[in-house]
Amino acid sequence: MLKYLLRRLALTIPTFLALTLVTFIAIRMVPGDPVEVRQGEHGIDPIRLAKLRHELGLDQSILHQYWDYLVQLAHGDFGTSIRTQTSVASEFFTLFPATMELALCAMLFAVVIGVPAGVFAAVKRGGPIDHGVMGISVIGYSMPIFWWGLLLIMLVSERWELTPISGRIDPIKYYFDATTGFMLIDAWLSGQEGAVIDAAQHLILPTIVLGTIPLAVIARITRSSMLEVLSEDYVRTARAKGLSPFRVIGLHALRNALIPVVTSIGLQIGTLLAGAVLTETIFSWPGIGKWLIESINQRDYPALQGGIMLISCLVIMVNLFVDVLYGAINPRLRHGH
Amino acid sequence: MATDATAVEPKRPGPLLEFWQSFAENRGAVVGLVVVVIIALLAIFADIVAPHSAIEQFRDFTKLPPVWEEGGNWHFLLGTDALGRDALSRLIHGARISLFIGLMVMSVSIAVGVVLGLVAAFLGGIADIIIMRVMDLIIAIPSLVLAILVVAVLGPSLENTIVAVTIVYMPRYVRLVRASALSEIGKDYVTAARVIGVGPIRLMFVTVLPNCLAPLIVQAALGVSDAILEAAALGFLGLGAQPPIPEWGAMLADNREFIRSNPWIVTLPGLAILITVVAVNIMGDGLRDALDPKLKRG
Repeated sequence: MLKYLLRRLALTIPTFLALTLVTFIAIRMVPGDPVEVRQGEHGIDPIRLAKLRHELGLDQSILHQYWDYLVQLAHGDFGTSIRTQTSVASEFFTLFPATMELALCAMLFAVVIGVPAGVFAAVKRGGPIDHGVMGISVIGYSMPIFWWGLLLIMLVSERWELTPISGRIDPIKYYFDATTGFMLIDAWLSGQEGAVIDAAQHLILPTIVLGTIPLAVIARITRSSMLEVLSEDYVRTARAKGLSPFRVIGLHALRNALIPVVTSIGLQIGTLLAGAVLTETIFSWPGIGKWLIESINQRDYPALQGGIMLISCLVIMVNLFVDVLYGAINPRLRHGH
Repeated sequence: MATDATAVEPKRPGPLLEFWQSFAENRGAVVGLVVVVIIALLAIFADIVAPHSAIEQFRDFTKLPPVWEEGGNWHFLLGTDALGRDALSRLIHGARISLFIGLMVMSVSIAVGVVLGLVAAFLGGIADIIIMRVMDLIIAIPSLVLAILVVAVLGPSLENTIVAVTIVYMPRYVRLVRASALSEIGKDYVTAARVIGVGPIRLMFVTVLPNCLAPLIVQAALGVSDAILEAAALGFLGLGAQPPIPEWGAMLADNREFIRSNPWIVTLPGLAILITVVAVNIMGDGLRDALDPKLKRG
């Protein structure tokens, strides 16, 4: 097991190095000078310009800059944002809980609805429930989520006035420190009346929007995996023993059918983060997705570079974790394949 | 090869007919195909079909609702946007943009995917490792984030959208071709071809490639819909096609501020994206069932 873990870990090192190279080269190629952008259109004293360039290391040779970058990364320094003059890593990790809260809620929403829907579709295979679930799942899978978000705001927030339009909490009514960064928990810790409900109301629409595609995928995978399991011998045996259908499906079949579903959840972290960029932009959700778009619009190279590095590292780590977990469950994967 | 097979079994229907029969079994897929064909025809003949130009501004008729709403105008069936441009015409021309992006991304990714995938499978060793590591790297970056990075470097435009989305989706094709080629290489017919002295290029593209096509075609169909969605998302973020190009995602973003006063302007482009992507996806599902019985679901 340890050998397998080490081998998988070693495999991520070249990927990680290549990643640094790609982000480094890409950001250097971006048109527009960050120093000039920062100074606006009024022009700038050439001496000050040179000084700024020197401060940002932009006057060094490319190779030298890359080496500096690697050394920085090795020290856990992901650069300094030009906009805010704070460290990219600290900015990232301040905003990250907001994205994580949203992503976790979206995944929970997708699993809680997707798994039962998939199971029902498989059990009632070919019937109206099956067709309905599969039809909705195709629509969910094909959904342009930025439009879906606007549509929900239009109906739920504007017309029916059920939920707030944007943000994570009403800043006029409630104010408390971000202890954990998770609004639901912070609101609960603050003890202010109604804060948790307000935070939850802010979460509803973004959760639905971000959870739509994972929901469709999970319903589909659950259904097909359930269909496979239902035709297995042990399910037939359980039925023949006279166990109730509920026990057969819920206990014997579902437990085995969930393995591919769990894997797919791990592999969807990338989809979730990509979706978060759109969802956060629509709902003005102060997470890393919105921050990334703001960075690109303001040509904040270091923020963009560090942000993409951190996001990719996160995805690599999660995928590694899923792989290892899968190897732990399934010994056949560890040896050979 | 195909002619030999029909000579031995004259009663068997041709492969195309056989394919069509199993495709037509899936009614949803046929509906998807019909919708895709209609959208494709609209896109091809956009200049003839569209009642107005996509960029002409009728300044006296801004923000009109569709005809069936109060205040609609028969000259502008689906209404007009904030600048008085005909919504229907923009949607029809937008179909051209979206399908063009989808097809371009698909063709380039297939071309690159086939070459890199076959090279990785046939050469093995260092070439294989390098190609697959690069693909792993691309996959490690969330699709939209990578596309944003590419657009940041190249600048936002329709062409660069295509480049960005192609880079994002290329690894799927490379992996697919490599995996199917690897499973074919060990088979007897490939060994036989090798023994009689077939050259490596011919071996790759003529002997092995045709046997890897089925999963590739399925992936291509689903890849078109993903590319359309991704490009629309970039357009929505202002990082895709630039105004006045009638790209559906950009149309949504441009009119976002009128969501309260004129919901139709925002609703229609999104609906166009959804219908197109759903149609391509259910058609792709049908293709998979027909071409690849092993993958058939349920």
